[in-house]
Amino acid sequence: MDTLLQVLLDGILNGMLYALVAVGLCLIWGVMDVINFAHGEYVMISMYVTYWLGFLANVDPLVSMFAGGLFIFILGALTYQLIIKYTVGKPPLSALLATFGLAMLLKNLCLNWFTPNYRILSDTWLGDRTFQLGAIIVPVPQLVTAVLALVMIGLVFFMVRRTRFGWAVQATAMDKEAAELMGINTERIYLLVFGIGGATVGIAGGIMPTYLAVHPEVGTMFSLIAFICVAMGGFGSIPGALVAALLVGVVEALAGYYIAPVFKYVAVFGLYLALVLLRPKGIFGW
Amino acid sequence: MNQTLRRTDLFWLAFTGLAALVPLVPAIAANSFIMHVLILVLLYASMAQAWNIIGGYGGQTSFGHAVFFGIGAYGAGMAVVTYGMTPWPGALVGIVSAAVVAVLISYPCFKLSGHYFAIATFAIVEIFNRMFLVWDWVGGALGLDYMIVEEGLANLMWYDSKTGYFYCALVLFALVFGIVRFLEGHRFGYYLRAVRAGQETAESLGVNSTAVKLAAMALSAALAALCGAFFVQYNLRVDPGMVMSLDTSMKFVLVTILGGAGTLAGPLLGAAVLIPLQEFTRAKWGGLGGGVDLIIFGFLIILIVIKQPAGITGIVRDIARRRGRKDASGQGGASLGSA
Repeated sequence: MDTLLQVLLDGILNGMLYALVAVGLCLIWGVMDVINFAHGEYVMISMYVTYWLGFLANVDPLVSMFAGGLFIFILGALTYQLIIKYTVGKPPLSALLATFGLAMLLKNLCLNWFTPNYRILSDTWLGDRTFQLGAIIVPVPQLVTAVLALVMIGLVFFMVRRTRFGWAVQATAMDKEAAELMGINTERIYLLVFGIGGATVGIAGGIMPTYLAVHPEVGTMFSLIAFICVAMGGFGSIPGALVAALLVGVVEALAGYYIAPVFKYVAVFGLYLALVLLRPKGIFGW
Repeated sequence: MNQTLRRTDLFWLAFTGLAALVPLVPAIAANSFIMHVLILVLLYASMAQAWNIIGGYGGQTSFGHAVFFGIGAYGAGMAVVTYGMTPWPGALVGIVSAAVVAVLISYPCFKLSGHYFAIATFAIVEIFNRMFLVWDWVGGALGLDYMIVEEGLANLMWYDSKTGYFYCALVLFALVFGIVRFLEGHRFGYYLRAVRAGQETAESLGVNSTAVKLAAMALSAALAALCGAFFVQYNLRVDPGMVMSLDTSMKFVLVTILGGAGTLAGPLLGAAVLIPLQEFTRAKWGGLGGGVDLIIFGFLIILIVIKQPAGITGIVRDIARRRGRKDASGQGGASLGSA
């Protein structure tokens, strides 16, 4: 029983991290109908940002994650300005392929600059801290990440639903031409959405080097998991992505513990296939 | 009408002319690196053309072709390594199983649209990858390593020179392109393009769109498996990461789309540009493990996609149009999958 609870807790904490990675992708997908293949590479780069800030300047990830967020905000905005802008209005695959090229470029730039070595930050504030809750061990870094994820997702959700900017984003997502006729600068909305989508993954990646090793390949799996979460949740639905990410985290943990570690992704991708065949537009899709 | 006919005739003349020259290449290029690049160009052109059937003409952008390619590769590989036979029966089994797997997978997945279909096919590649990694019967994570067997066509293996492989690749290329060329003019090809252009309209005119798409997927998968069988004979080793990975799937898609999806010449053009680029940058910068070749490759992909989404065929068409040949504007394929 205790083992089950422990596995479930690990799954939920991991799921919250996936949710934070997925929410940026979800925003971009929902507003622009673009799959950003370089999303996992954003995670990877942000991890490198906080790793190097911590390693060279002794800044704790809890502080430098905001630098990571800012860095990826700029990177996301640049991605839009230099690449995505030229694929809007063209067939949907062109953005996916262009960002695949970008992912390849970023991954190998990091490989070239930072070598394929695994790097992890030691001596951080959160460090390897854990506490005991009954018979369950709660890892503090993961717990902080999960709380942070909830706050960030809440902020993004609030921004989209309750602010003037968010209404403009929704209008743009519903009908680009009509939004333009109402005086909304859709180019700027797209730019900011890409930037904000990047900033959320940037913060997610920023806190990770405390407990997860950085290397150039680390982003690939995050990309795939984020695609699965967003598609499972339903087209551009932020609560959907959150629920799906938690489901993915729990299924991954259960399959990893009770079947075999190598099968955890089989279970996750199998879950996606099963769910999407039952509901072709995802859990919260319409 | 007359003009379009003349243009395609001209294209075919150039194409057969080039094809007639190709067998002379081994005599000209004794350089084994150039031979290697030529073999890969022919292999990737065939792979891309196989994908083109469903992805280009059919408009269903599958990212799952690494699975079919892998099944073909494992078919031939297991026949040689596990059972000590010639690769031929294994390749045949691989081709048939790839077609069966393709139909089983696609039947439910065709219900999904757009990105949902693309992500479902990603997921399938990852599932197969993990299954093959732990499946001892197919060699698990270690994969299959070829032992030394007798050279020749029976074993489809040569050690001293690559000329034999080159001719095999040429046969493979001619076969795959021939099939697609035949389909283009055949009723089935028209059905397929009709389904791409508008499934509802095609159905209202009596086309069974599900059957057409499934048949196209089965054929596409079978040809991809054939390419996989050739690949493993050339590579002399197979493991899950090598054949059943997202990167392999992306190669199918990229070569076709950069060349021009839904056109007969597109896969060849894409492979002829992309593969030499990949191999030369790898030979020049890849040896240090610094990833410089892939940095350049990634950059080129971005550049081609944003500058010319209709692929290299589109660039050729644009040049032709700029020269004032108005007839060149007609009869284009889909620039990218219309999913």
